[in-house]
Amino acid sequence: MAKKNQNARVVEVDEVVVKFAGDSGDGMQLSGFQLSDTSAFAGNDLSTFPDFPSEIRAPQGTLAGVSGFQIHIGHKAVQTPGDKADVLVALNPAALKANMKWVKPGATIIIDIDNFDNKHYKKAGYVEDPLGDGSLVGYNIVKAPITSLSKANVRDLGLDPKSAERTRNEFALGILYWLFNKDLKLGEDFISQKFAKKEILAEANKRVFRAGFSYAETVEALRTTYQINPILNRKGRFRNITGNIALAWGLIAVAERSGKELFLGSYPITPASEILQELSKRKELNVKTFQAEDEIAGINSAIGASFAGSFAATSTSGPGLALKSEAIGLAVMTELPLVIVNVQRAGPATGMPTKPEQGDLMQALYGRNGESPVVVIASSTPANCFDYAYMAGKIAMEHMVPVILLSDGYLANGSELWALPDVSEMPSIDPPMVRDNDEDYQPYKRDPEKLSRFWAVPGQEGLRHRVGGLEKENITGEVSHGPLNHERMVHIREEKVQRIANYIPDLKVHGGDSGELLVIGWGGTYGALISAVKDLQDEGNNISLAQFNYIKPLPKNTREVIHRFDKVIVCEINTGQFATYLGAQFPEVRFLKYNKIQGLPFMISELKEKFIQILED
Amino acid sequence: MAEPANKDTGTIAKPSRADYKVSQPVKWCAGCGSFAILASVQNALAESGVRKEDVVFVSGIGCSSRFPYYINTYGFHGLHGRGAVIASGIKIANPGLDVWHVTGDGDSMAIGGNHFIHVVRRNIDMNILIFNNKIYGLTKGQYSPTTPRGSVTKTSPDGTIENPFKPGELTMGSQGTFFARVVDTEPKRMKQVFLEASKHRGTSVIEILQNCVIFNNRIHMEISGKDVKDDHQIYLEHGKPMIFGKNRDKGIILERAGLKVVKLGEDGITEKDVLVHDACNPDDTTHYMLVRMTLPDYPVATGVIRSYEAQTYERALQEQMDEARGKSKLKNVQDLLKQNSWNVK
Repeated sequence: MAKKNQNARVVEVDEVVVKFAGDSGDGMQLSGFQLSDTSAFAGNDLSTFPDFPSEIRAPQGTLAGVSGFQIHIGHKAVQTPGDKADVLVALNPAALKANMKWVKPGATIIIDIDNFDNKHYKKAGYVEDPLGDGSLVGYNIVKAPITSLSKANVRDLGLDPKSAERTRNEFALGILYWLFNKDLKLGEDFISQKFAKKEILAEANKRVFRAGFSYAETVEALRTTYQINPILNRKGRFRNITGNIALAWGLIAVAERSGKELFLGSYPITPASEILQELSKRKELNVKTFQAEDEIAGINSAIGASFAGSFAATSTSGPGLALKSEAIGLAVMTELPLVIVNVQRAGPATGMPTKPEQGDLMQALYGRNGESPVVVIASSTPANCFDYAYMAGKIAMEHMVPVILLSDGYLANGSELWALPDVSEMPSIDPPMVRDNDEDYQPYKRDPEKLSRFWAVPGQEGLRHRVGGLEKENITGEVSHGPLNHERMVHIREEKVQRIANYIPDLKVHGGDSGELLVIGWGGTYGALISAVKDLQDEGNNISLAQFNYIKPLPKNTREVIHRFDKVIVCEINTGQFATYLGAQFPEVRFLKYNKIQGLPFMISELKEKFIQILED
Repeated sequence: MAEPANKDTGTIAKPSRADYKVSQPVKWCAGCGSFAILASVQNALAESGVRKEDVVFVSGIGCSSRFPYYINTYGFHGLHGRGAVIASGIKIANPGLDVWHVTGDGDSMAIGGNHFIHVVRRNIDMNILIFNNKIYGLTKGQYSPTTPRGSVTKTSPDGTIENPFKPGELTMGSQGTFFARVVDTEPKRMKQVFLEASKHRGTSVIEILQNCVIFNNRIHMEISGKDVKDDHQIYLEHGKPMIFGKNRDKGIILERAGLKVVKLGEDGITEKDVLVHDACNPDDTTHYMLVRMTLPDYPVATGVIRSYEAQTYERALQEQMDEARGKSKLKNVQDLLKQNSWNVK
């Protein structure tokens, strides 16, 4: 049974947004996972977003070193981690300073008073004491001696001072469990599991966690607590999932359903490394991972594995996609199935590795030498990274083409509640394999509908053949420099990709099928766009959303959908790459644009403001 | 229409050299050393007993890298420098295949240098044939990473100012388990070395001193020339004394920390003092000294210099996979998804 707080007023709320902030290394991400997992378990909907610096341990106490984790917990469906926080936990002055613009007016701010001294103010760049200069008037401030009480509670356990201090995130969590009427037991279970192999640390963290809860009971500023009830009318099996893990599992599902072995050739890069890490743990499910010496080796090893008959993939971020471009062309030329995952981050060059951006769309579409058409699809929520990884693999194998799957740092590290699919009921995957000794086999003979060639693999009897990067004669696969053959092959490779439009779903419109304003987005902006559009619909506006997951080829009804609206605005976390792409295909349409390039996702409020302005124009 | 060379001619019980020939023309320059290498490889394959559908040739870019088009097996003509990793992917995906990687001194030592050292370090079971003609042939005559210092080429009109790589040194430095060197004018030795490489489980590196008749003609003549080869080459065989010379009167001994050429019968030196070649020694110190021997102080070592059996990458991976499957309770993706999930009724 949940331990209920006895002496507090309980208010039921629909949703709450909590942000943890402290030094990177303070366990902010772990705290976030604990609260989100236990909330999910309690039946709430949720969406999370970690916000951390690219340095592993930036200087302590400075603004550069602030690491954060935001979580949006709801009684109703939530689509984003929330624009601004109702509750901020700031473990030091830098965390407070960096996050004041992300809290709502009147928010509850829990600070670790032990770290609010002149030394820390200086590091954070405060000229005056923020607790005394009036800047926090109007907020509900909880000054908790988090560090000192945490240490006091574990004193007899014989931990070294650093480990003792590191338990303090659990103290803050204890306060939040009180504040949101959460079941202490679920939190303790999470800790037990996390520290399964380190009993003393498990004990220390649990003690501090309970101490935080008990402390909260005594604090005047926490007399009102909040209850977020479980979502009703939702049945099935659920879990909390991040985009990167969902994507990795989607790839395994492809292998399982197609009867192939999964081969991932990859090189670690933020924010995609988790895909390689997760798959390297899945040897039990027949997954082979190859940590290559560089990005180029990653993709080329995957191309080799594909030639040998595996379901092959490579995972990377923008800089790695750039390095892989020549090899993507090789996959185009050899017409072999391959999934290239690009978890986008802010660029160019090294850019801002931990910050999301949608800046690689043009690179994915066109960033290669020669006429090199590639299928491009994008996932749009953490959980549907599973579905689009599955579709990427299905398309790659059934059409014998490389597919670029775009995710981004926001989806990759963000999490949401996921209603588990039944993998056995997902669409079947049927690669065009060739029978041994098939006398009609020729390397570039094509399926008349799809135009794809067939997949004969080394070891098969009677099918020896050669492929490679040189232009090939259609059907026979002989090396050819013939001018007309080349032109024909260029057109075939493009047409083959375009025909995939016959095998993907139509573009869906959220809201009225026609009307005043159509909002267009693609990929990871879905949560913010649908929230903004729904809010405006509820307020009586004539506005709809079309979120693209299939970018090349576009869904067949794209033009028709766009033409049903008076105005169209394309919203992207870049300078307008998708708008440019759509403009090239539908020159008769005037595409308005809304763009943000700050390494941050859209806020619902800014989107609504923009849409209202357009609707009123 | 003629039967396309890309089409298989079906299987027969015991392959012969003819089974590995293609009907399309082989487009190397007349007099190119690569023709002899191709013939020796085909002969070695016919003799190796490997099922012909299991053989895969992979290459990068360069004259030598056209090889897969000229041999009737499964083949992959890759990108410049990347053959080694394409071959790695093929072998890891299907360890049952007999994988050959054909490359040149530019493809493997320059643009693909990184991949070369890593494939050797991993000891993935494949045979790497490096056609070393010490020049860029397909791009028409620029210097390569193995071009001798001071050479005048199209891009070094005043002589190169770079020190050349020795593929054998890089192989040893990458903890290679097999290294051999042969000359393209000696088909019998080539076939023998290819057969031994094929039997070796692990990455087998074979440096073939190959002549580019157009851009670097006679570059290896000091080693391969009929009149000098016996004195300028020592063909090493495991278990045999290191004796060479037209009259087999010269030998290699170990003196202090290095090798030394001696004359048998002089200064009381007899065959007993001469080193016996131990290609299988796990310690590669002597192998390293052997690959470094250069004219005029030493003969150039040819034959199988190192052949040491160690665990291959793909076998180690397979063991880990077997163990993981044995221990895990997860039988499929659905089980994986269900972890840490809960049911809402």
